Amino acid sequence: MKLVIAVIKPFKLDEVRDALVAVGVHGMTASEVKGYGRQKGHTEIYRGAEYAVNFLPKIRIEVAVPSDRVEAVVDAITSAAKTGQIGDGKIFVTPIEQAIRIRTGETDVDAL
Amino acid sequence: MKADQTRPGRIAACAGIALSLAIAASPAFGQGTVSKIDPADTAWMMGASGLVLMMTIPGLALFYCGMVRKKNVLATMAQSLVCTALCSLLWFAFGYSLTFEGDGPWLGTLQRAFMRGTSMDATSIFAATIPEVLFMFYQMTFAIITVALVAGSVADRMRFSAFVWFVAGWLIFAYVPIAHWVWGGGFLARAGVLDFAGGTVVHLNAGVAGLVAAYVVGKRYGYGTDNFAPYDLSLAVIGTGLLWVGWFGFNGGSAFGANSRAAFAIITTHLAASTGALTWMLLEWWTRGKPSVLGMISGAVAGLGTITPASGFVLPWHGIIIGLAAGCICFWACTSLKLRLGYDDSLDVFGVHGVGGATGTLLTGVFAVAAVSAGPDSTGFSGLIDGNPGQVLVQLYAVVAVILWSGAVSFVLLKVIALLVPLRVNQQNEIEGLDVTQHGEALQ
Repeated sequence: MKLVIAVIKPFKLDEVRDALVAVGVHGMTASEVKGYGRQKGHTEIYRGAEYAVNFLPKIRIEVAVPSDRVEAVVDAITSAAKTGQIGDGKIFVTPIEQAIRIRTGETDVDAL
Repeated sequence: MKADQTRPGRIAACAGIALSLAIAASPAFGQGTVSKIDPADTAWMMGASGLVLMMTIPGLALFYCGMVRKKNVLATMAQSLVCTALCSLLWFAFGYSLTFEGDGPWLGTLQRAFMRGTSMDATSIFAATIPEVLFMFYQMTFAIITVALVAGSVADRMRFSAFVWFVAGWLIFAYVPIAHWVWGGGFLARAGVLDFAGGTVVHLNAGVAGLVAAYVVGKRYGYGTDNFAPYDLSLAVIGTGLLWVGWFGFNGGSAFGANSRAAFAIITTHLAASTGALTWMLLEWWTRGKPSVLGMISGAVAGLGTITPASGFVLPWHGIIIGLAAGCICFWACTSLKLRLGYDDSLDVFGVHGVGGATGTLLTGVFAVAAVSAGPDSTGFSGLIDGNPGQVLVQLYAVVAVILWSGAVSFVLLKVIALLVPLRVNQQNEIEGLDVTQHGEALQ
């Protein structure tokens, strides 16, 4: 099992969700985060005081998938989240040691 | 440590209660005289009092809290709340009497402490057609907001207990004397100073105190390097709306009657606010490339503060000129002057109210037109354009007197309070935020 973590632009969330449903993923966790990479922030000016705002709002989604579906999931996220502009985000794939469904007690692949 | 810090407060509270019980022992209701109380004037002044109180809670509370950081929002509101509650009681107890009762040049008397000796028919010589208690209440709302304004300069770092002491001391030693001098028949009134609704008494007074407090309390930790972006400017905009509308009670109510002068004051005020907002907006558009919302509301408030002393003495179109001046001068004060002098006046109390109040007071001496202030007992007051250039010097006299007194009293008061309790929270608490460390609460 793998945990696919993707940091994407906020307005892409619905598109990515739809793409994941299409490849058979039926659950995910999304959180609002701030981040930056090559996309620099901007400056805001309040009555003479200038502040550099480096951290931009992003959405981080996490999807747990069986190892054999990772490639399909990564491709789905990539094509849905891509705009071609700087700041599209990144995807990380990490291994999952254990997964449990709390309600039923099912483990590993049955829990996904 | 904690017991020591509340001990002076507990002693003061006990002394205050004992004194109040002694003085207020017998509420004397004198015989009724022929009532001159006018129902229309009274109704308007009741409404105006409500409008001005609304300017502090929640107007100023929202205006200020939207501009500080999230961790200090509740603490900023607490300052407006405690000002309202504490100033109300102190004003009723002896503040009103010392300001408006008696005719000494420097201070009034305690004859009306706790409003003893008043009656259902009594009126003040300063507002002959409304109940005396209503006049007292209306003036109370002015005292409240003046003190609450000062809080803006020391937002984000002043210890709440020190602030409470400051509220009591500043009301008594700075606001009451100055209000007596200008409005209560004191030496500035006798010199012929024109201040319709508080250019000197409220705005310049609070502005100078704020500047002194900003210097004495010191800059916020991280000022100039950290991101101090406002928590939620939409709250500040809502606050501005409440202030703007409330100001119709602040300036319109200063006519003490439901009459034409009040209407003129309201219109003039509104035009100044509108012009101030547009001016600041255009200046920012020109110098920064974008017109900011913070700029628009700052310009509006600058216009409102600056027109305050002039509103019942000048013609409506003068409100446009004065609003334009306010927008330009206060914009410069808040962007250039502040950076050059290097003080951290968190919410620009000096830049907007101090500078605006002084400017408006001087411009009153320029634009006052006798026709606006003429009435059955007066031929009205003239300024430069109406053939009385000397008025500008009289106004300057008031500006200087208020700056000196307000500055000196604020400085000494803060130093004295610092002997009881530290003025600032410690650095760790400042970083963590005043909401959680001073009040044990947080926005979720």
